[in-house]
Amino acid sequence: MLANPIVLFIQVMNALSLGMSLFVIAAGLTLIFGVLRIVNFAHGAFYMVGAYLAYTVVQTFGDTNLGFFLGVAGAGLGMGLIAFLIERFLLTRLYDKDPMLQLLLTFALVMILRDAVRMVWGSDQHSISTPPALSGAVNLGLTYYPTYMLFLLVLGPIVAFALWFGIERTRWGRIARAARLDREMLSALGVDVNLVYAAVFVVGSMLAAIGGALAAPRSAVDPGMDALVIIDCFIIVVIGGLGSLIGSFVGALILGFLTIFGSFYLQEWVIVASYAMMVFILILRPWGLFGQSDEVRH
Amino acid sequence: MTSRPQLIFLLAVFAVLAVVPFLGARYPVELATQVMIFSLFALSLNVLAGQTGNLSFGHAAFLSIGGYACAYFLTRLGWPLAVSMAGAVIMSAAAALIIGALCVRLNAIYFSMLTLAFSMLVWAVATKWRSITGGDDGFVGVDVPIYLTNPYSFFWFTLAVCALSVVALWILSASAMGHALVAIRENPTRASFLGMNVKRMRLAAFVIAGAFAGLAGCLLAMYVRGMYPQTAFWTQSGQVIIMVLLGGIHSFIGPIIGAAVLYLLEVITEQYTEYWSFVMGLILLAIVMAFPEGLVGIFSKLRAPRRS
Repeated sequence: MLANPIVLFIQVMNALSLGMSLFVIAAGLTLIFGVLRIVNFAHGAFYMVGAYLAYTVVQTFGDTNLGFFLGVAGAGLGMGLIAFLIERFLLTRLYDKDPMLQLLLTFALVMILRDAVRMVWGSDQHSISTPPALSGAVNLGLTYYPTYMLFLLVLGPIVAFALWFGIERTRWGRIARAARLDREMLSALGVDVNLVYAAVFVVGSMLAAIGGALAAPRSAVDPGMDALVIIDCFIIVVIGGLGSLIGSFVGALILGFLTIFGSFYLQEWVIVASYAMMVFILILRPWGLFGQSDEVRH
Repeated sequence: MTSRPQLIFLLAVFAVLAVVPFLGARYPVELATQVMIFSLFALSLNVLAGQTGNLSFGHAAFLSIGGYACAYFLTRLGWPLAVSMAGAVIMSAAAALIIGALCVRLNAIYFSMLTLAFSMLVWAVATKWRSITGGDDGFVGVDVPIYLTNPYSFFWFTLAVCALSVVALWILSASAMGHALVAIRENPTRASFLGMNVKRMRLAAFVIAGAFAGLAGCLLAMYVRGMYPQTAFWTQSGQVIIMVLLGGIHSFIGPIIGAAVLYLLEVITEQYTEYWSFVMGLILLAIVMAFPEGLVGIFSKLRAPRRS
């Protein structure tokens, strides 16, 4: 079937589109780990909250282009505010304690948020329709391709570039990188490190929520939607290396291609293959393809 | 980890449990059986988490491997109970040996990630391997031996298995090996300078933890008369971590108390609200923010305010 160039083209586009939509979410996870050294189990829950927030905004403003983009923005801002409160009132108190406590805190957030969305939005499935401007298909020469999928595909590299630029080329990014390397020294230089931590946690969480809002037109919005996304994000950041942005980009592409093309050869067993890949990477190169081994770092 | 008050506490618990069947109601017997199974599961995790300090996010994998194996041996192969259970425990231990050998080389976050990855692998295989596990629908209908079909006899059986396991784990914890494991938890570098093979000891703890989790899985499969993929999902591994932490990670009886309290809380909460996950999240939040030593820690602080 893949011998047909049109089928092959569509599948490659699907893989890229899936990979890029996962990248937006995973980028937030890796950003938070990179600076705060926290593995955020609640990242999937943030993604879910984002989808629900977008749903509410779209309900309020209607299924228009404006409604949809306000929904995406609302998801980002709403989750950003929640993340800010979480960081200020909970995470800050744990920075100088056992890292396991931080991990468990995020686990507690998973359970709280999972029921919180049920309390607010009920247990029913919701959905958001694709905005009018992005529905339908575009002619790509070889064949028509769904506009929304193409939109996601293009958005990924834009987000990647924006993050890269923000981290590597701006003053704020330099401060965040310094916070990762030597927190005390940075603080001694007069930088408010706590503010840097809060900013990074908020930005990372906003990415999860935006990813959730963007995923909503393609999948159901329901209280269980976080459970597998977080594992997909873990697979991506583990492949690329925890904390590495370029690693997450490549990891997301690898997972996208494995999921789409693997299903041709493995059918439903493809999900086993993606976990097996995570296992192999952790065994052979725990720090991932683009990460640094702890021995090198120190 | 072990101490005289804890021993007295354990004896008291077993004395109370032995009275339960004579209360005349069937519900407490069922409830006590469930609590014992989850206490055993939590206790098995503590061999790893409490004694070596490695927090496994995939311990549910061994619960489900033991459960599926026991269900398969009893039902599809028609093996006798003792052989089925021994086989299931051996399979869990073997899986723990292979998985553990790869995991103990890693520390902290990477150890947690790899155990999580392995358990999701087990979950995915359990979901897809229909001919053995029944796939998404689960392994429905386990052939429990006729003499265990009565809830009372199954209660006594569970009590016996759990009591023997507690004795075995107590002896382990009080042994030289148990002390060595604590030394590794507190300071692995120093322990290795003292001539301990840190990785091998961690692996031994991993295998023991896996074997007892598998045993708990056998009991669970027989009690529920089935086994389901969700048993291996990461949220189940998270729940057992909460049980251990709630009770207290640095004591022998902690996980037993944690499992019992959490399980009973779940049963009570679900009578009033459907939001059990929310309540459990708040409990974990309280432990993490305020009581990292768990219930046992609170109790010993009240008793001896000057210590620690």
